[in-house]
Amino acid sequence: MKHPALWRSAIAGGLVLALEVLCRTGVINAFTMIPPSKMLVALANMMRHADWFWADARYTFQNVAAAIVLSIVPGFLIGLVIHALPRLRRVLNPVLLSYYSVPTFVFYPLLIVIFGIGQLSLTIMGAMFGVVAMISSTLTAIDRIPRVYGKVARVMRINRWRTALRITLPAATPHLFTGVKLAVAYSVIGVIAGEFILATAGLGRRLSLSFNEFDNATMYGLILLIFIVVAIINGVLQRWEARIYRRWYRA
Amino acid sequence: MKQRWSDYLMLVVGLAVLWQLAYYFAGPDAIAPPWQTLQRLAIIVRQEPFWENARATGSAFLYAAVLALSGGLVIGIAIGSSAAAHEILSPILETLYSIPKIVLYPVILLVFGLGPAAKIAFGALHGFFPVTLFAIGAIRNIQPVLLRTARVMRLAPLSLARHILLPAALPEIVTGLRIGFSTTLLGTLIGELFASSQGLGFMLIHAMDSHNVPDIMALTFLLFLVATCANAIILAIEHHVRAHAA
Repeated sequence: MKHPALWRSAIAGGLVLALEVLCRTGVINAFTMIPPSKMLVALANMMRHADWFWADARYTFQNVAAAIVLSIVPGFLIGLVIHALPRLRRVLNPVLLSYYSVPTFVFYPLLIVIFGIGQLSLTIMGAMFGVVAMISSTLTAIDRIPRVYGKVARVMRINRWRTALRITLPAATPHLFTGVKLAVAYSVIGVIAGEFILATAGLGRRLSLSFNEFDNATMYGLILLIFIVVAIINGVLQRWEARIYRRWYRA
Repeated sequence: MKQRWSDYLMLVVGLAVLWQLAYYFAGPDAIAPPWQTLQRLAIIVRQEPFWENARATGSAFLYAAVLALSGGLVIGIAIGSSAAAHEILSPILETLYSIPKIVLYPVILLVFGLGPAAKIAFGALHGFFPVTLFAIGAIRNIQPVLLRTARVMRLAPLSLARHILLPAALPEIVTGLRIGFSTTLLGTLIGELFASSQGLGFMLIHAMDSHNVPDIMALTFLLFLVATCANAIILAIEHHVRAHAA
């Protein structure tokens, strides 16, 4: 295959076009879905005219950013601690393995009761969703560092801090980045889902409002926006990850 | 890592202690203590409405799981078998996988209407992508030398599938099925949280609306227990398969 990206765009474009035709010809009625072109127009109008748009977008963005920080930093540190204590790791192992099989959203009502409706609950929801992926990736990352690196460091009498900074961290980077990628994706999902379920502001909240008011233009505009943002974030992280892997595993 | 019984015991005791501490910290308005939650759960499961709701959730989940797992397997294996299809389609599938599915919930409701069809579709939507992606990965990760050896030995297509492809890809496929199983359950329950008139998710949102903390805790705990046990069972199967494949 010579031009996979070209083929990919062609397929995605074809699907969008098919959707457009189906909507325009009335095979899919206007109450169910509006044509993609109208979604785009609705999104553009929203960004220019709706007084709530930028405030809600900022609200969601702040929550997501805070949730990402709160899953990556504590996730990494907790991962380090768990790795240093094998006994603790054995005890926690079942939790780490089955964490994502528990519908985390069932804890959201509890968070609201404890922390109230607002940015704190939403941020914690997003972080709860992302932090375990980061912990697991940190453990894998340290596990996969070849032992010989540590031996070389000892032979060369490099002190502990320099070993950690110059040898352990770089060697662990690829797997750590996988954790970062997952933590970002999960934080976005957690925050937007939380807003959708119960919140006072945010794009997720706006989405559920527009759905309840049968405001299809706003609803599909927002869905399109979230699609685009997630696709961009995902694309950037995928490319970055590929570059890191190429750099570390150049064989 | 060999797990010992004392590890599980420590885990359960540790979680119970944390729970109790959280109760002292947050107070009875927010959290019910472990013992009270268990008592409440024992009462709930003895009432008739609970079993009706559990049946509704169970059947919706079953339909969704069959759709997601079979669809994901077929499509994943088909895409994985072709290098070109993999290269073109996998990035699209990965992006679709990382989109918060909840934003599609209104669309699902508009298409399928209120009722069980919507939550089945929503559950299946959650389960489909991980199963597909893991199946693709499983097929793509088969070592080329195995396939070359098979060609040298002139294996017929059927025995190729039976003796080479299946054993080599099975462990990763089972991992995908396990994750798909959990995400399908997640999707079905989220589907019930909104716009639904029965099911365990509906019971939970009802308890939330009436601010019934013991009920919220009991149902949350039950869902946690069911999900963890199901996961543990499939994980055991996975270990078994991996041990035999190695």
